[in-house]
Amino acid sequence: MEILKQPWHWGFSGIMIVFVMFLLIYFGKRFGVSSSFKAICSMVGGKKTCSYFDYDWKSHSWLLMFVLGSIIGGYIAANFMASPDPVAISAGTIQDLAELGISAPTGSALVPPELFNFDILTTLPGILMFIIGGFFIGFGTRYAGGCTSGHAISGLSNLQLPSFLAVIGFFIGGLISTHFLLPLIMTL
Amino acid sequence: MKNIRFLAVGILFGIVMSKSEAISWYRIQEMFRFQNIHMYGIIGVAVIAGAILFHFMKKNNAKTVDGEIADFKEKPKTYTASIIGGTIFGLGWALTGACPGPLYVLLGQGYWIILVVILSALLGTFCYGLLRERLPH
Repeated sequence: MEILKQPWHWGFSGIMIVFVMFLLIYFGKRFGVSSSFKAICSMVGGKKTCSYFDYDWKSHSWLLMFVLGSIIGGYIAANFMASPDPVAISAGTIQDLAELGISAPTGSALVPPELFNFDILTTLPGILMFIIGGFFIGFGTRYAGGCTSGHAISGLSNLQLPSFLAVIGFFIGGLISTHFLLPLIMTL
Repeated sequence: MKNIRFLAVGILFGIVMSKSEAISWYRIQEMFRFQNIHMYGIIGVAVIAGAILFHFMKKNNAKTVDGEIADFKEKPKTYTASIIGGTIFGLGWALTGACPGPLYVLLGQGYWIILVVILSALLGTFCYGLLRERLPH
């Protein structure tokens, strides 16, 4: 059982992602999770609001099943396969996060418990991180036509120039948030 | 229920995302600070192995389970949208530490606050849909 609980080496993880991507292609689909946002918007009534959501969202029902599976997979991993050891991030990152007032990983938590709780939503940093951050994810991925799965992994594997540009964008935004916005937000 | 197979692939994806720690806010911070190979290793191996896989699948006209030739669609050549949309997404990725796949996985892990992030993302997508025709692509 111990072997189930160990964190995976990045090389093995990369290969397993390709295996997931292969299965989806073999089943006649494409790897891309952010389209699920479009499908859900259409499903809950967005259809009538504008042409973007006026499509047959049932063509994405496979993706909604995939997303449901991802939630179940997360549950299984957290409850039966969690490593007892803290996430082994580098000493430099631990130090940088400490300067922002975020403590080093402890226990099995994959995210900082002091940030990922409902109480944080009563604070300005929490609202900016999670509500505005979430809005950017939904707006940006659909504007760019894909996220990490559709552009960074399958788009780059398929040598697509739009995907390469999107990944450059991901990093422009990510670097701005990490080095300018987050330090600013954490002082609010 | 032909879609059951996608539920199974999704479960595998959720486990892969969890065990690889790609859903970890800490790992995303580490990546954007260039302090470890971990995330670059995952994405790098996936892209290189994926490119090799796609190359051979295309060359051999690989078929899907239904007997059709696997479709490697080109992405639309909306370069402006790629850069601007990508940058907006990147801002949110580093703040929340999650991209769309990991959002769902984290929810399954029991971080209920992610529901708020997913609802915000849906609102973001909705606003994009409304504004789409006025945005440069």
